[in-house]
Amino acid sequence: MTNLPGLYNYWIVIVLMMTGFYVVIARGNLIKKIVGLNIFQTSVFILYISMGKIDGGTAPIIVADTGGAEVVYSNPLPHVLILTAIVVGIATTALGLALIVRIKEAYGTVEEDEIFAKDEQA
Amino acid sequence: MIAAHLPALQIVIPLAAAPLCLLLRKGDLAWALSLLVSLIALAISAVLLSQVLAHGPISYELGGWAPPWGIEYRIDVLNAFVLLIVAAIGAVTIPYARRSIADELPESQLGGFYTALLLCLTGLLGVAITGDAFNLFVFLEISSLSSYVLIAMGRDRRALTAAFQYLVMGTIGATFIVIGIGLLYMATGTLNMADLGARIPALGANRTIIVAFAFLTVGATLKLALFPLHFWLPNAYAYAPSAVTAFLAATATKVSIYILLRFFYTIFGPAFQAEDLTLHSLFIPLAVIAVLVCSTVAIFQINVKRMLAYSSIAQIGYMMIGVSFDTVTGLTAGMVHLFNHAVIKGGLFMALGCIVLRVGTCQIDDLAGLGRRMPLTMFAFVLGGLSLIGVPLTAGFISKWYLVQAAIELDDWVVAAAILGGSLLAVIYVWRVVESAYLRPAPENAPDEVSEAPWSMLVPTYILIGASIYFGVETSLNVGVARAAAQFLLGGAG
Repeated sequence: MTNLPGLYNYWIVIVLMMTGFYVVIARGNLIKKIVGLNIFQTSVFILYISMGKIDGGTAPIIVADTGGAEVVYSNPLPHVLILTAIVVGIATTALGLALIVRIKEAYGTVEEDEIFAKDEQA
Repeated sequence: MIAAHLPALQIVIPLAAAPLCLLLRKGDLAWALSLLVSLIALAISAVLLSQVLAHGPISYELGGWAPPWGIEYRIDVLNAFVLLIVAAIGAVTIPYARRSIADELPESQLGGFYTALLLCLTGLLGVAITGDAFNLFVFLEISSLSSYVLIAMGRDRRALTAAFQYLVMGTIGATFIVIGIGLLYMATGTLNMADLGARIPALGANRTIIVAFAFLTVGATLKLALFPLHFWLPNAYAYAPSAVTAFLAATATKVSIYILLRFFYTIFGPAFQAEDLTLHSLFIPLAVIAVLVCSTVAIFQINVKRMLAYSSIAQIGYMMIGVSFDTVTGLTAGMVHLFNHAVIKGGLFMALGCIVLRVGTCQIDDLAGLGRRMPLTMFAFVLGGLSLIGVPLTAGFISKWYLVQAAIELDDWVVAAAILGGSLLAVIYVWRVVESAYLRPAPENAPDEVSEAPWSMLVPTYILIGASIYFGVETSLNVGVARAAAQFLLGGAG
């Protein structure tokens, strides 16, 4: 328990993840669902970015003159990985919003319960 | 020279062809290019499988970076088998799609359709071929995003909500998988699957690893629509264009099962499961419920496409039963069924697509009297239905035979009974279609011009239906390769 503040980032990850997940499940508005999904994904970005950080580590660029001292670098790999995941997230959001536009055109609403009601009538 | 780069070409060719389809604009040109690409992909996957069977696993270093630092494409018996299934279904679906899609989509969207289809093919092949955990996620998302687009192209407006629902569920599943991969990276510092498999046993009962295991499992089961995480599947399959349903039903869930197998056997290894969470206690109950409940739900569907979609969830239950037995016979049975079901369900959905093309719907009442009006299509459906039930001399029988054998080996009579019970339920839902098509007269007001489907759609349908009979008699490809893969997973992993 001594390192609770040290795990600050991970607490944020959990809070964001649960917030996003809750919004996805609990909200009937499709746009809010996409926003929730976005928050959910963002939490994973922070998870990856946090794990690459090393205490006292510098950016992973070779230091020309170290003066004999050892240089600690942060791990760049998780950051690069999450760049890919961010791109995937953007694509997902864009596709989700595009679908919502089409749903709005077809149904005239973006509320889940109203859409179900219209499908029941048809 | 080229031969050494086949693993990369398997992915690069469809990936590069996809945007070209969009540029070609003309539907027929895009179709011809897709057909060419899918045939090349099939040829490559066949060569890769024969190489793996002859010389053992192939490792391909992408860009010349040695694993575990670079991304490695690693092909063993298991994924060579999955590659062949995906590529073969792709090569059969695209000739079929031409007429079917031209009927369902406006000309201006055809280029986009083939782009999305090729991207989906790329993604599925990529998931199967890669030996890198994060690369697997990227390919999974390529295939998922393109399949959302493909599903949304359905004529019914409910296709849009189905695609949206699938997008939400699929993204949650994929995000769980990324979380799992991230936690594994935190604990081991590597993303290469073989390297992960070598390092994890040394860490012992590490909580990070266990949490990673949980996230990966839930993420993958969401993607493969294991009961009770299957809610996205029936609507997605029911409202997608016919060719898309046939393609996705035969490939997407199968590739997800492959992901699960990869995680369990290559990354975590059998020893991990034995200590902490056994596949057996985790999945057998869910899989048995899936078989019984979803087969029963299928009986009550009035839309035949939805009926087959529920049947798919039940069949996924069969595969999971086989996979979860954790014995060579069980794994063989699971993988044989993975292959057979891809062939059977692909064929059935294609036959249904022929009906949709001619009749316009696939409500069970609208099928009345079709046995006389579309004899070839309905005959294909009946043959596929028999195979789905598991009548002897069909591929379905072979899968059920091995599944029951695996259950009896473990003295698990309850599961054996559930497998047989599921087959009986399948008799009922297949019979409802047969009864409507052959025993009921055509409705009075039915249009007279309903005729047989065009050859370009019947031939692919019969290739798959014929294969589902062929592999019920000559089992050296499906059972032989599946057994080799099962022995490889249980013996070589860890």
